[in-house]
Amino acid sequence: MIFHTGRTMKERLQKIKNDAIEQIKAAGGMDALNDIRVSFLGKKGELTAIMKSMRDVPPEERPAFGQMVNDARKEIEESLETMKKDLAAKARELQLKAEVIDVTLPAKKSNLGHRHPNSIALEEVERIFTGMGYEVVEGPEIEFDYYNFEALNIPADHPAKDEQDTFYITKDLLLRTQTSGTQVHTMETQPLPIRMIAPGRVFRADELDATHSPNFHQIEGLVIDKNITFADLKGTLAEFAKQLFGEDTKVKFRPHHFPFTEPSAEVDVTCFKCGGKGCRMCKGEGWIEILGCGMVHPHVLEMSGIDPEEYQGFAFGVGLERIAMLKYEIDDMHHLYENDIRFLKQF
Amino acid sequence: MRTSLKWIKDLVPGIADVTPQEYLDAMTLSGSKGEYFVPMDKNLENIVIGRIEKIEKHPDADKLVVCQVNVGAEENIQIVTGAPNVFEGAVVPVVLVGGKVAGGHDGSTPPEDGIKIKKGKLRGVPSFGMMCSIEELGSSRDMYPDAPENGIYIFKNGDELTLGEDAVKVLGLDDAVIEYEITSNRVDCFSVLGLAREAAVTFNQPFCPPVVKATGNDEDVNDYISVEVRDSELCPRYTARVAKNIKIGPSPEWMQRRLAAQGIRPINNIVDITNYVMEEYGQPMHAYDLSTIDGHKIIVRRAEDDEPFVTLDGQERKLDSSMLVICDAEKPIGIAGIMGGENSMITDHVDTILFEAACFDGTNIRRSGKKLGMRTDAQSKFEKGLDPNNASAAIDRACQLVEELGCGEVVGGIVDVYGKVKEPHQIPFSAERINHLLGTDLSEEQMLGYFKALELEYNPETGMVVIPTFRQDLIGIADLAEEVARFYGYANIPSTLPSGEATSGRISFKHRVEDVAKETAEFCGFSEGMTFSFESPKVFDKLRLDKDDVLRQAITIANPQGEDYSIMRTTPLNGMLVSLARNFNRRNKDVKLYEMSKIYLPKALPLTEYADERVQFTLGFYGEGDFFTMKGVVEEFLERAGMHDIVTYDPAAGKNFLHPGRQANIIYNDQVIGYLGEVHPEVCDNYDIKTRVYIAVLDMPVITEMATFDRHFKGIAKHPAVNRDISMVVKKDILAGQIEEVIRKKGGHILESYHLFDIYEGSQIKEGYKSIAYSITFRANDRTLEEKDVSAAMDKILAGLEELGIELRK
Repeated sequence: MIFHTGRTMKERLQKIKNDAIEQIKAAGGMDALNDIRVSFLGKKGELTAIMKSMRDVPPEERPAFGQMVNDARKEIEESLETMKKDLAAKARELQLKAEVIDVTLPAKKSNLGHRHPNSIALEEVERIFTGMGYEVVEGPEIEFDYYNFEALNIPADHPAKDEQDTFYITKDLLLRTQTSGTQVHTMETQPLPIRMIAPGRVFRADELDATHSPNFHQIEGLVIDKNITFADLKGTLAEFAKQLFGEDTKVKFRPHHFPFTEPSAEVDVTCFKCGGKGCRMCKGEGWIEILGCGMVHPHVLEMSGIDPEEYQGFAFGVGLERIAMLKYEIDDMHHLYENDIRFLKQF
Repeated sequence: MRTSLKWIKDLVPGIADVTPQEYLDAMTLSGSKGEYFVPMDKNLENIVIGRIEKIEKHPDADKLVVCQVNVGAEENIQIVTGAPNVFEGAVVPVVLVGGKVAGGHDGSTPPEDGIKIKKGKLRGVPSFGMMCSIEELGSSRDMYPDAPENGIYIFKNGDELTLGEDAVKVLGLDDAVIEYEITSNRVDCFSVLGLAREAAVTFNQPFCPPVVKATGNDEDVNDYISVEVRDSELCPRYTARVAKNIKIGPSPEWMQRRLAAQGIRPINNIVDITNYVMEEYGQPMHAYDLSTIDGHKIIVRRAEDDEPFVTLDGQERKLDSSMLVICDAEKPIGIAGIMGGENSMITDHVDTILFEAACFDGTNIRRSGKKLGMRTDAQSKFEKGLDPNNASAAIDRACQLVEELGCGEVVGGIVDVYGKVKEPHQIPFSAERINHLLGTDLSEEQMLGYFKALELEYNPETGMVVIPTFRQDLIGIADLAEEVARFYGYANIPSTLPSGEATSGRISFKHRVEDVAKETAEFCGFSEGMTFSFESPKVFDKLRLDKDDVLRQAITIANPQGEDYSIMRTTPLNGMLVSLARNFNRRNKDVKLYEMSKIYLPKALPLTEYADERVQFTLGFYGEGDFFTMKGVVEEFLERAGMHDIVTYDPAAGKNFLHPGRQANIIYNDQVIGYLGEVHPEVCDNYDIKTRVYIAVLDMPVITEMATFDRHFKGIAKHPAVNRDISMVVKKDILAGQIEEVIRKKGGHILESYHLFDIYEGSQIKEGYKSIAYSITFRANDRTLEEKDVSAAMDKILAGLEELGIELRK
């Protein structure tokens, strides 16, 4: 009887389990799975029912039988779980397939604004020099004749004064023709040593054409210390040119004359378009003139209250528009002051 | 400045083999910048001396002849020509088959690659080459006055030439013209001798200037002329010499060729001598017909005001007392240093001439020339400030040439009125100082070697370098350092980075705030523009400014480039509107621009001190967006600039250029920091913009004072917030800002935020009213709010709103 009972119970159990697993495998979706769970494992489910018939099993066999029921339950639960995961994975897969998009459709942009090429070039220059320990300073655009000319060794009758075609406000006040006046302000007021650049707007009576503008920008540089040499000037500007125009850029220093520096030089860089071979940009020369520089004239130091026997230094001045036009291959100065959005958007 | 390269080579024989390019490059690197060179033999190939042995008529053409030309080869060559001036025995330049000439005989612009000569047939008769006109050789009758007007160039000295010889060389076309950019300090280099001296040092070769010998007969020039200088400031030196029995004629070919290469047209021997010496010495000279000089007296004086004078170009000029004139006993005969007079100019019948070589004050010459609107070669030399010691050297050289060329008899002696003699000055020499300045380690010997070549003598006893008067640019040790650097080579100076005390690189706070403004504008879609600082005074009317608007008080440029650029802007609006208008006219859509630029406000007019230069952050756009788009940009910026307090807007901004109902002053901490609004339609009309335009202008100096980049974390709220919505009907003229002010003031410390979520005017609302709804959020940092806290705050807010006459919508 025991054996009989046991065997029949066991067979029943086996059958329930097999039925359950079979149904699970055939289930088409989450809802069906749920129904199966209820019909086998729920309060009124078949496995629950068989558990309830435990009392028909002799007490000594009950633990073994209980174990069997639990195993069956576990097996059904595992099967349910596996199937659930499979179904979920299949559903996810279907979803992903259904959600394929055309990635080549247009982007949704925030339509950011664009910075003026002059500003971009200026920021490059500022980044290079602040990295070398220079402070960025500013000076007035409506300037006294003294700071624009006299303190820079350009006395009243100097031909350079005519050459620069100055706009005057009064006899003593003018629109500065160069940022060099900021050198003087800095030397007069700042403690030594000095390392500064002074970008700013300058004015000269040139007609607006493809390469000139009566209103343009310069960047002035000044370094004063006890042992600053012409060799330092060369090294500094070589580094500047490399950072601005590329590592392979070479510089050439040509003797020149400026009233406020001695010795003075003009600096050419190897054409960054053709690498020095000669092209349309450098007019076939392989070199492009970019700035003027020199050792600060002892008389200029003296006038600013610095003892030229103790201190010396260098100064340089570079045209911002020239840098921007070269670097970004802008062929006409007009573009820089017309503010056509189709131009600005290219930077 | 330009020179013939051949002339330089004649003065520096050691560089005979240097090519024009090599010369140009080396001179540039030693400080005499060569701009470019023009080879005079460009496209001239295979051109030889030939002699026409026989001329026959062309069988089939009346205007052609068939020439047999001996070019020094075994057989004559046959050339067919239409030139009218050929004759048997004529010695001519002949381009052989396969050779090239520069241009056609009509003197039109020559082709870039010249014209290749091939063997050909003219009306059936074969022709092997071409006889050349001066134009075909790339030159002109200006430069070769002996060339015929229409025909083949025929050598005058044909008998002396070797047939088959290079004709280009014989003509002196084997030369290049070098164009220099000489800096204003190097007065000595505005002469062939000065540049040759530089070339000699550059190439380290001997310099061989002409040797000027004593000239003149045993007469005394003082018997011919006397000179009185009444203003020795303006005329530090005046020298005069006389030559008689003048035979005017062409100058010799070598002189003509050199002048031609310099770009100066040969005229006659005397004029050519003065021009030649001006080129050679850089000292302008003048030749007068002595017979026209009344009283045989020269007086150098200031002109009288309104004194009329006819210059040798036939023009009558009005002089004034700032100008210097050369006079005889009766009348002016020349404007000093600028141009001689018609009344004293030499003619072909001149018998006795007076040479003048003087030194005038450069600044005065420059100013006089400007006033007279004249610019002559002589003037451009004088205005640089010439070395007075060069004047006597030049006049002696001219007299020597008169003798050498056999065009007259030089009278002995010189009249030399020379006040304060210019002496060489001295600079103390220190190799150490020069090395310290250059960052080099050069020996004293090396430096002194350069000086010697430059004719700067060193006196080892005094340790001084003696500077000749022609080097007025050398003043101190730094100048000597430059001489060393130039000839040692800038390229050979080492390249190092500055040593010494480290400095920290930085940008100013102001600069940072401006950067944030620019970034914000760009994030919001605005692109940066730049406009000029000067504009037209007409902009004030275009902007509808009141007659007494303070913005009309603009700084005026005394010498502007026309009215359109004559005042310094007091508002950035015109620049912005012009830029927007340009975009609008070019049919660019939805344009948003900003500019970070200065306005210039005078503290008083006329200006006596620095102007108040204020950076303005100006935004402007048309197209998509409205007033509140612009307001959003302003607030984004202020937040990023750390200005987190409440920004308020006062519609009573009083800007005539803005829409009266759509404008506001922007107020922060009780201070007006700018304004924004829709541009007045009439202003838009004035700028031809046919759409609505919105602008905002922020005054950066004020904002920079309030901005901060300090940030403090306040924690993230732990306790829940409570929201209350209120909806109200208010009179149309009540501003949202007024309601918000009540909410802020009455909400108490538990008020966290509020926002407007609905505004409505229309059918369901009674006329003259609008419905407006806010969501208000309360929160406490230290506890969960209770109903009674929120109700109390809400009651206060509602009471405040009632004071504004607002009824809640039920």
